Amino acid sequence: MTNHDHSHVAQTHDSGHGHKMPFWKKYIFSVDHKTIGVQYAVTSLIFLFFGFGLVSLMRWQLAYPGQPLPLIGGWFSDTAMIGGIMLPEFYNQLGAMHGTIMIFLGVVPLSVGAFGNYVLPLQIGAPDMAFPKLNMMSYWLYFIGGILMLASFFVPGGAAQSGWTSYPPLSVIASGGQTWWLIGMVFLINSSLLGSVNFITTVVQLRTKGMSFFRLPFFVWAQFVTSFLLLLAFPPLMAAGVLQLSDRLLGSSFFMPSGLVVNGAVSAVAGGGNAVLWQHLFWFLAHPEVYVLILPAMGIVSEVMACNTRKPLYGYKALVYSSIFLGFMSFIVWAHHMYLTGMGTTMSTFFQITTMIISIPSVVILTTLILSLWGASIRFTVPMMFALAFLPMFGIGGLTGLPLGLNAADIHLHDTYYVIGHFHYVVAPGTIFALFAGIYHWFPKVTGRKMNEALGKIHFYFSLIFMNGVFLPMLIMGLAGVSRRLYDPTQYAHALPTQPLNVFISISAWCLGLAQIPFIINFFGSIFKGKKVDDNPWQATTLEWSTPTPPPHGNFLKEPVVYRGPYEYSTPGQKHDFWPQSMKENN
Amino acid sequence: MPYYGWWLPANFSTHGAAIDRLIVVIHIFMAVLFIGWFTFFVYLLFRFRQRPGQTAQHHVHHFKLPTYLEVGVLVFEVILLVAFSFPIWNLYRQQPLDESKAMHVRVIAEQFAWNVQYPGRDRQFGRRDPKLVTPENPIGLDKDDPLAKDDITTINQLHVPVHTPVIVDLSSKDVIHSFSLPIMRVKQDVIPGQSIKVWFEATGVCDSEITCAQLCGLGHYRMKGYLTVETKEKFDSWYAEQEKEKAAS
Repeated sequence: MTNHDHSHVAQTHDSGHGHKMPFWKKYIFSVDHKTIGVQYAVTSLIFLFFGFGLVSLMRWQLAYPGQPLPLIGGWFSDTAMIGGIMLPEFYNQLGAMHGTIMIFLGVVPLSVGAFGNYVLPLQIGAPDMAFPKLNMMSYWLYFIGGILMLASFFVPGGAAQSGWTSYPPLSVIASGGQTWWLIGMVFLINSSLLGSVNFITTVVQLRTKGMSFFRLPFFVWAQFVTSFLLLLAFPPLMAAGVLQLSDRLLGSSFFMPSGLVVNGAVSAVAGGGNAVLWQHLFWFLAHPEVYVLILPAMGIVSEVMACNTRKPLYGYKALVYSSIFLGFMSFIVWAHHMYLTGMGTTMSTFFQITTMIISIPSVVILTTLILSLWGASIRFTVPMMFALAFLPMFGIGGLTGLPLGLNAADIHLHDTYYVIGHFHYVVAPGTIFALFAGIYHWFPKVTGRKMNEALGKIHFYFSLIFMNGVFLPMLIMGLAGVSRRLYDPTQYAHALPTQPLNVFISISAWCLGLAQIPFIINFFGSIFKGKKVDDNPWQATTLEWSTPTPPPHGNFLKEPVVYRGPYEYSTPGQKHDFWPQSMKENN
Repeated sequence: MPYYGWWLPANFSTHGAAIDRLIVVIHIFMAVLFIGWFTFFVYLLFRFRQRPGQTAQHHVHHFKLPTYLEVGVLVFEVILLVAFSFPIWNLYRQQPLDESKAMHVRVIAEQFAWNVQYPGRDRQFGRRDPKLVTPENPIGLDKDDPLAKDDITTINQLHVPVHTPVIVDLSSKDVIHSFSLPIMRVKQDVIPGQSIKVWFEATGVCDSEITCAQLCGLGHYRMKGYLTVETKEKFDSWYAEQEKEKAAS
């Protein structure tokens, strides 16, 4: 883009939104990417804690099945708990909504909506996103989607209870909350689609002068690939969601086969539909969604690691090519979630091969990040500790995907706790640790103050211990053959020997919740009381650190020009060990 | 129960040993990779920690290690696929069975029970019709069908003789279930509108469970059946008893 275009964009912003904006326009219905990023961050953190709260309730039932929930058991209505004893239908609601909230309202909005929105335009030297109003709309669609999901707990029959996967026919015959879930999903999908279009356009069009594609920080690449995944994977789910709505509300039967007998009565639907069709459409989104969860996390980890190793990343281009390849491959592995649907040998062979291939770029990325430590001078700051912990945790998550990706081993492990352990290792101590790293890392840019180191370290160590306390035993339970989504696992002889593990997991989970208290105190306390820092407290090289703190409307005081790659740390011949991208002269 | 613990449950099927071997091989591979890699990681954290005199290097030489590692992983994955997964799946799914020697049985899943239909002496299943479903006739068996005359139905009780291939024809009346026999290493989604076959051959006498592995509603957790593998003689006498009961009712 030319200089002329750029100043034009900056100008529109200045003239349109001077300093005398009313409060609601500046902080609520804002079109500034930074305000929207903060809105996303706060909302998604609240949803993350809420989603965690749901599973904390489930953990009581799993550890002590059929015993009344102490203290707060009486707060729930009779449709959820009777005398504090959880009902199976409420357990299923908690399960479905935990998954939905964590993925669609927690992790993705935080990693893409919050970090992407706040950091990406700054890192490419743009004054804002390409479509600021669309950006605001993304946030509000997400917000409405979230409200619908929460409200669904209060409709007759309660919230959706057919798993976050919503497999028909179960989801079609389920109670009212499922309709709210589907409508909520339509809002969330639209929010993501608008966001992805915005991100792609911004990266392509609004890079500042000198910011070539191979000078982009890896975080931007990760967000860029993620946006393509969202853009291409969500429409099929949108279509599927509308079809399921139609099955529920209009009596169509896209997913309903003929001759169903539900509760002893022949079902009135026309029939002729196919229940497996939903699964194909759903997983065509939901597998790329896994990479939507993991790629931005890898981006954050790369930024934090480059800065705290004080050296360039090892193999920046390998990272970029691997993530593009990962993005592409993620579209042709979806049916490995469906090996046991009666799939033929040819199909399952194809999906096994693609699944094994997709492990290669993941190994490349992990190896590259580890080798980035070679020759470093590692600063063990709080964000760095979270970023470092991401590596082995994601490693376990990736490795445990192998036995699930091979259909022969999957026969035993499919739909067991092994699956739960596997994907939580990827998303919880994996992605969520990376998100914590990002919060601690960019907090000084947003607020001008650093978060407290001591509280951060307490938060880190306890989270690390309890995360593993929660998810490692699940792998053992899975090998023992314990099915997932069981309201009461003690019904089964083969699950009984692992019941002590359930108690252990539950206690770890509640302790994990307590371990977040130092984080919450630190987060809010540091906004007002944190140590004041300058514009570039980590002595980093990328453009977001060359703006005033917090960045003003329009971001840069003058349009930055980029002279070099993103990670010029410890460059020989320079006085300082960091050489910012936009610094023209020698350092 | 001696069969169950903190590791794979005991295996009682002919094909299960191969699945177990694969699971063990992958886990050894995963453990070796993770421990090697984690040790290296900890070494790096220690060696390159920030301290006086430790300055970062801008240029580090090119490492051969990642290439070796990636090629190693790739080769190992090819071995896993070709030597283990493909043949096992082929054995498990393709049914290279002499069907005349096998025992056939239908399992019809519903919220929240496993209905079992034995074809009887004629080895043919009687016709079913959703319209005939009543509480007494949960699978909607057409009693007027001559083929149905000798059919035996049970609820949540699957008896099979040992050392005999059993072909289970799976279908569902309502929603998706998943027919899982942990100690037989059998798991198969049961999908309404489809009939899916799965087979196993028990290697020993045992009493075990049928579980539902796919969320099927509020009673999913108690959709439990019983699998009884018994000697041919015992199975025959059990079957004769069922026939007597049917005649009596």
